Amino acid sequence: MATLTKQQIGSVLAKQGILIAFVVFIIAFTIANPRFLSPDNILSVVRSSAILGVMALGVTFVVISGNLDLSVGSMMSFSTIVVLDLHDKIGPAMAIPVMFAMTIALGALIGFLVGYLKLNSLIVTLGMLSAIHGLTLTYSGGQNMDIADKEGTWFSVFGQGTAMGIPVPILIFVALAALLGLVLSKTAFGRKVYAVGGNGTAATFSGIRRARTVFLCYIMSATCVATAGLIQASRSLGSQNTVGQGLELEVLAAVILGGASLLGGSGTIFKTVIGVLILGFIQNGLLLMGLQFYVQFIVTWVIIILAVWLDIAAKRGKLWSPIA
Amino acid sequence: MKPGTLSKSLKSGAIWGFIVLELIFFSIAGEFLSLSDKAFMDWENMLLLLKQSAPIGIIAMGMTIVMVNGNIDLSVGATFAIAAIVLLDSMTWPIFAGLGDWVIPVAWLLALAVGAMLGALNGFIVWKTGVDAFIVTLGSMLGYRGIVFMFNGEQPTSHLNWTLVDFAEAEFLGLATASWFLLGVTLVIWFVMAKTVHGRNAYAIGDNREAAVNAGIRVGPHMMINFAIIGFLAALSAVVFYSESGSVNPNDGQLYELWVITAVVLGGTKITGGAGSVIGTFGGVIAIQLLRKGLGHIGADTSTVNLVIGLILIAVLILDRQLNVKGKEELKV
Repeated sequence: MATLTKQQIGSVLAKQGILIAFVVFIIAFTIANPRFLSPDNILSVVRSSAILGVMALGVTFVVISGNLDLSVGSMMSFSTIVVLDLHDKIGPAMAIPVMFAMTIALGALIGFLVGYLKLNSLIVTLGMLSAIHGLTLTYSGGQNMDIADKEGTWFSVFGQGTAMGIPVPILIFVALAALLGLVLSKTAFGRKVYAVGGNGTAATFSGIRRARTVFLCYIMSATCVATAGLIQASRSLGSQNTVGQGLELEVLAAVILGGASLLGGSGTIFKTVIGVLILGFIQNGLLLMGLQFYVQFIVTWVIIILAVWLDIAAKRGKLWSPIA
Repeated sequence: MKPGTLSKSLKSGAIWGFIVLELIFFSIAGEFLSLSDKAFMDWENMLLLLKQSAPIGIIAMGMTIVMVNGNIDLSVGATFAIAAIVLLDSMTWPIFAGLGDWVIPVAWLLALAVGAMLGALNGFIVWKTGVDAFIVTLGSMLGYRGIVFMFNGEQPTSHLNWTLVDFAEAEFLGLATASWFLLGVTLVIWFVMAKTVHGRNAYAIGDNREAAVNAGIRVGPHMMINFAIIGFLAALSAVVFYSESGSVNPNDGQLYELWVITAVVLGGTKITGGAGSVIGTFGGVIAIQLLRKGLGHIGADTSTVNLVIGLILIAVLILDRQLNVKGKEELKV
């Protein structure tokens, strides 16, 4: 055991690469600025990552099933606007379930198109990105949405409240991650998601209803988006129509960073959470080092490509692509 | 008639049929709903439409090659913005101070070179690492946008050169400069795709990459060239557009990739590669611009445009599926 072969090192790196990178980052940032690891800072990073994180949990299901969801950003704007609007009209207790129902209905539509009609998920969700954005603008008339009485509503608890000193968005994120992690790894449904994404034809022949599984993945995704919209609405108690714009790609970046393959069949909830945290901590660490906000874009670029590259390099056993 | 001819001609003609439908619909609806006295199919209006199609259209031609190849490029919007900044900023650089108006071609070349290089960088990474183009360009979409912000932070970059503006606003044979560029690029890319070895290889690689490798096509360099072409065209689009406007915001070009991909898919290019035509893409570009203009003409606001385009994209996909599904062995689930 004295000499580790190159391959062994490679396989360890491949399996745990993202965790190792995460630890290296944290150590580097802590050396650069000791404040980085203070409890306050950690809480604030996780809190600001919670919305992105909740969405990434649902998208993980979709990606493992071998599909994409580019509509989550505009869907999140939609649920934020709807719940804020309904808050003043029918009261928060009614607004929340209605908003969830409307968002899940959109998810069901996408699930129907991708699952049952077997349309290409990239194009369908691209179309839905545009369509839902239009729907949101039509709904709001292009106006920003604000809650009239910002002081006297209990609605703010989801975004601004704390329980036992921990902000509620973090609690929601952690609870949802634990729940969905269990669903994905311990239930029959979770195994079907992997089977469908890994080899759809084989899954069909072994009696898995592929269409239904994909459909349910999109329902999961929409439910997570609605939760994220709830946190967002509750945190700011007012919103623009474009609050979720561009989030779909950040969410996807987090999921990919966590090691889920876009071809489907691989990825875990735990790794997605790590991916989300890496994005959050990089952003925060670079800001603490006094760097401009745009540096994080460039760093994220390098990290995404390195992470995916090392992952597939380890799988094929060669660093460079065999393409001539 | 050979089997499949009907569905094939239906498919290739579909986008033009759609354009005709749009024209009829907006002309009639415009009679009742429009506040302006002018007819929708006014010649001036159609010329303006062609000009306004240019920024998206020029990029869409590059996207057609890349998508026929089986790849995708999400970073075109950011490349567009970088090229625009290079164009406007370089005209104020002290080293070019002595050039007078000769700074214009220099700035153009610089911007185009930067665009081609950024595209080639994407292609090089796709080639050498084997990472999917979707992920590579998703990353560079962020990275290139970061570079945009490095120039001037969140401030706009502005420089007006009146000679340049005159050129961009000039008309030749009734068509604006931007329209000529769109038509020229369409013609060149059509030629490349339909008449050259490079074009045939692009279809071959998109159809079956393994087979293309076995046939001796050098897939990696081929894809890199295509990415360089789309980067170049994104820069050309910026050059044409910003020569006239003279000011670029760091967020400019955002969501362009979505518009471009929508136009290309509407034009019949397959997202999985191997099929698609430049003329179809041109139709897709015109169809989208018609829709935007037409909805504006009958008094609908931008929200409706987004809604309608999204739904049409999905409808096209469903139709395409119905036309394609015959003759294929489909697994019933």
